[in-house]
Amino acid sequence: MSDLQELYQEVIIDHNRQPRHCHAMADATHHAEGFNPLCGDQLTLYLKIQDEKIVDISFQGQGCAISTASASLMTEALLGKTITEAQKLFKTFHVALTAKELPATSKDLGKLQALIGVREFPMRVKCATLAWHTFDAAMHHQQKPISTE
Amino acid sequence: MSELTTQDITRIRQDFPILQTNVHGNPLVYFDNAASTQKPFSVINSINSFYTHHYSNVHRSVHYLSEKATELYESARETIREFIRAKESREIIFVRGTTEAINLVAQSYGRSLIKAEDEILITEMEHHSNIVPWQMLCEQTGAKLKVAPINDEGELILDKFLELLTSKTKFVALTHISNSLGTINPIKQIIKAAHKLHIPVLIDGAQAVPHMAVDVQELDCDFYVFSGHKLFGPTGIGVLYGKTELLEKMSPYQGGGEMISRVTFEKTTYNTLPFKFEAGTPNISGAIGLKAAVDYINNIGLTRIMHYEKSLLNYLTQEIQKIPDVRLIGTAKNKAAIVSFVMGNIHPHDIGTILDQQGIAIRSGHHCNMPLMQRMQVPATARASLAFYNTKEEIDHFLNALEQVKKVFH
Repeated sequence: MSDLQELYQEVIIDHNRQPRHCHAMADATHHAEGFNPLCGDQLTLYLKIQDEKIVDISFQGQGCAISTASASLMTEALLGKTITEAQKLFKTFHVALTAKELPATSKDLGKLQALIGVREFPMRVKCATLAWHTFDAAMHHQQKPISTE
Repeated sequence: MSELTTQDITRIRQDFPILQTNVHGNPLVYFDNAASTQKPFSVINSINSFYTHHYSNVHRSVHYLSEKATELYESARETIREFIRAKESREIIFVRGTTEAINLVAQSYGRSLIKAEDEILITEMEHHSNIVPWQMLCEQTGAKLKVAPINDEGELILDKFLELLTSKTKFVALTHISNSLGTINPIKQIIKAAHKLHIPVLIDGAQAVPHMAVDVQELDCDFYVFSGHKLFGPTGIGVLYGKTELLEKMSPYQGGGEMISRVTFEKTTYNTLPFKFEAGTPNISGAIGLKAAVDYINNIGLTRIMHYEKSLLNYLTQEIQKIPDVRLIGTAKNKAAIVSFVMGNIHPHDIGTILDQQGIAIRSGHHCNMPLMQRMQVPATARASLAFYNTKEEIDHFLNALEQVKKVFH
């Protein structure tokens, strides 16, 4: 059960039950939609960017505990970051979840390390990365919903 | 006729090598039979044996191996004919699976015989394989797709269905048993009603043939389709049954070798049934494996299988409803051993992952029934689908594991 405990640890259960920054944003400067049709995870991400900084971030959506918690943790991690810092974090997070060996840079992930356990569940990695790819899509003003499937 | 006993089931389980394996350190509990079924030694060995002793292409040559391979392949066709009580073996077309069978009918029958403004009637509970080919056909021909509704229990509303059978309806396609809801549809009644208006009917039997006896002549369906891999046989093989007079009218689906009679650059003529619809080298080992699967099932007896699975269904349904927050999706009066459910706010994927860690295989998602999920107002369900090699003990283990899931999400 220990792999499972790593995956569904308190942080994830908590963020799933009470997701942070979970609301729409009327005055967003960027937004995008993420949807994994095969598993049904769906979210809309809103960003307010001023002077290259993420001054507000929020999301709405429905999906599994992993995707919801990941979105919630992401909004906490990205709020107040510069775009450059945020994009660097996206790369580090993505590599941490998908690289064959766990990279040393994963230590820079702070609270996001809670999701490292997803590595042991390859079928669920797409749930954890959906919010982040949606963030990337928002930065590029992507009109069509993106998917991590 | 005797019922299947506990000893029978124990013996049967020994025939399936994968049921002896462990997953994440726990004995495998395979509850995903609606997606695909496990294979007995006899099926695995038949394929092995074919490649070891008798392999050759079929229908092509005068040498011994080709003769042997052809004999085995055509013997499989005859076994299937008998299995679904078709009149003639030329009414049995081997295809890749249910999906290919439906596409074949949609294109081969549909393109030549369905016109603009014609109506094709399906239901809300269909699998994507019995929706999309008809949508594509409607796009190509200008025909209209009509959808018969279901009630909240997951049953077809029969009078609404019959209302939708009009002089404009030129084809009906519906499922025998719903892969998500387990609902068994009154297809005999529907076929009779459709035939009064001279409307041909295709039945998707993918979930039915592994669990109940099917007699296509008694049903009088025009087309009946199913997949080998859901019938304890290999993947890549399936069956399209069609009445001779319809199959004769239909133009070929794929062109190539085997389906021809004579080829010149000026004109090509086509082969007779069933070969008209079997272009190229078929899945010979697949057909042989499928025959072995049908022989295995016949040895046990579908009536006994049906009774045993009914007892499993009753037990599972009764016990799972004792768990608070569990809501069953699909509560038809007449059901197969398929139980879809949701559990409070816990997403089916999380249920699936936690159960997987305990060696339990269920399916979570939309089960290729996106419109149905929308109708039942759920984003996805968790689905336990049983077969004759499952046991009451496995159900108890599954129920315990669901309690564990609740603890994780306290």
